Amino acid sequence: MSSAPARLRPARATRRGGAEAQARRRDGAWPWLFVLPLLIGIATFYLWPILQTFYFSFTEWGVFGGTTWTGIDNYARLVVDPKLYQSIGNTLLYTAIVLLGIPIAVVLATLLNTPGLRFAAVYRVLFFLPYIAMPTAVAMVWRIIFNGDFGVLNWVLSLVGIDGPYWTSTPGVALVAVAIVGLWSSLGFAIIVLGAGLKAIPPEYYEAAELDGASAWRRFTSITVPLLTPSIFFVTVVTTISSFQLFDLLYAILGSSNPIVPKSMSLVYFFYREGFTLGDKGYAAAIAMVILAIIGMATLVQFRLQRKWVVND
Amino acid sequence: MTDVAIRRRRGGRRGSHVLAHVVLGVGGVLMAFPFVWQILMSLSTNAEVQSVTPHFWPSELHWENYAVVFERLPFVSQLRTSVLITVIRTLAQILLCTLAGYAFARMRFFGRGYILGIVLSILMVPSQVYLISQYQIVQGLGWLNTLIGIVAPGLFSAFGTFLMYTAFQNLPDELEEAARLDGASPLRVFWNVMLPLVRPSINVLAILTALWSWNELLWPLVVTTYQENMPLSAGLATLVGDKNNTSYPVIMGASVMALAPILILFIALQRKVIDGLAFSGMK
Repeated sequence: MSSAPARLRPARATRRGGAEAQARRRDGAWPWLFVLPLLIGIATFYLWPILQTFYFSFTEWGVFGGTTWTGIDNYARLVVDPKLYQSIGNTLLYTAIVLLGIPIAVVLATLLNTPGLRFAAVYRVLFFLPYIAMPTAVAMVWRIIFNGDFGVLNWVLSLVGIDGPYWTSTPGVALVAVAIVGLWSSLGFAIIVLGAGLKAIPPEYYEAAELDGASAWRRFTSITVPLLTPSIFFVTVVTTISSFQLFDLLYAILGSSNPIVPKSMSLVYFFYREGFTLGDKGYAAAIAMVILAIIGMATLVQFRLQRKWVVND
Repeated sequence: MTDVAIRRRRGGRRGSHVLAHVVLGVGGVLMAFPFVWQILMSLSTNAEVQSVTPHFWPSELHWENYAVVFERLPFVSQLRTSVLITVIRTLAQILLCTLAGYAFARMRFFGRGYILGIVLSILMVPSQVYLISQYQIVQGLGWLNTLIGIVAPGLFSAFGTFLMYTAFQNLPDELEEAARLDGASPLRVFWNVMLPLVRPSINVLAILTALWSWNELLWPLVVTTYQENMPLSAGLATLVGDKNNTSYPVIMGASVMALAPILILFIALQRKVIDGLAFSGMK
């Protein structure tokens, strides 16, 4: 089996051309039969909505339906809306805290990949559970952990003499609480992706370093981290994009009727509130466009910065 | 390798194992604590949950809290909705995405590259951008508060198409050609010859679709207004701040039951799930 591809390659190259010509002749309407069901759905539920939302962002919605073209009014209103800046700030704070999990994940993934480590599979499952758990269901227990009066967190803090805050009803603090849960739930994903990156590092590098008497710490900083930078970059981009779309955890931990919501919203919560709680869909469409622009910019910036710190040997 | 080097290395390994077990053990406990605590609270009394010094082990196991879930919540209908959304979406995506992925990867037709490019460009757009318009469409079709309304957009997936496109692209030509020369129709080639070969990728697609469908909140929250029509994800979220449902053990019981199916599925298939999610990062 292993020698077959080498033997077949020249013959295959010529045959492939023949097959393609044959495919062109024979396929006829078949490919359309294969792709049309999907294309119709994608066009209806994704492509058309993207164009329509762009259009909606220039309209105002009447109470009884119908839209009026208002030009850039929504955007003009958005630029001076303090809620926009507040929700951008909240989203950035959340993202920054969740990104702190990546260095932690690098260390944990390295430890988890120690050759011959027992129970590695058990640890992997434990770290991964939060990532796959339904956000609204785990939010219920975190609400109680964060409870100001009888929460476990404040009880632990009281043991060391700290008087904990009312986590989910204090502006500013609430977002930190949600970010702690965000970090807890995203750590497993980072560990798995980084683990795949670690497996790709040739063991000879470590063997050589060990023979040269390099300490474990030295091996970690001089071999593991630099060679892992492509994976670290990848996890950073994916985590940033998903953090910018914070909604589920925030909504489920704070609730919709919490009076601090207007001060503690993420961008997506702001979008949801304007569009579906307050019913201002034109304004929400403009917010959606801002979210699109911000995520696009953040990704672009990260790819620019990549050249400065990612090691591509 | 010299004896000294071997000894040093073994010693070093054993030392780092202890450190690794301590760090991973503490981390693992912190990761698992909310789940364990949730189960314990679901078996406690409301007073125990609210005691200022945490009552970690309930003095008596109150299994009846689980029975109360069914009285206080339309739990059965929410569970059925969650199961149906998950199953229907998973089956639909497997069918539609494998068909389209196969055609994009292995058939020639007019505009193939451009069409694929347009489909994949959706991957870069955050879901909020299509939400309002999807709502309009579902409302226009009279599907608000219906199962079909919750399911509809998730039947189609650009990510799934991309996943299957790459899977089919990596297959060798020989088998397919042989089947074609034998006169099999393209549908037969696809179904009997090519589909079985991409089984691992289909598993990944199924697992991810099931996971995302089960956990999804924003879309169900937007298209459903009555608790009876919601899936569990949205149903649980509406309990927050609901003054009639302040029994914490009951809320915990409902959450435990909402988490259980996907967690059990994960523990049973952990290797596949973990590999699949590592791969999903590529999106």
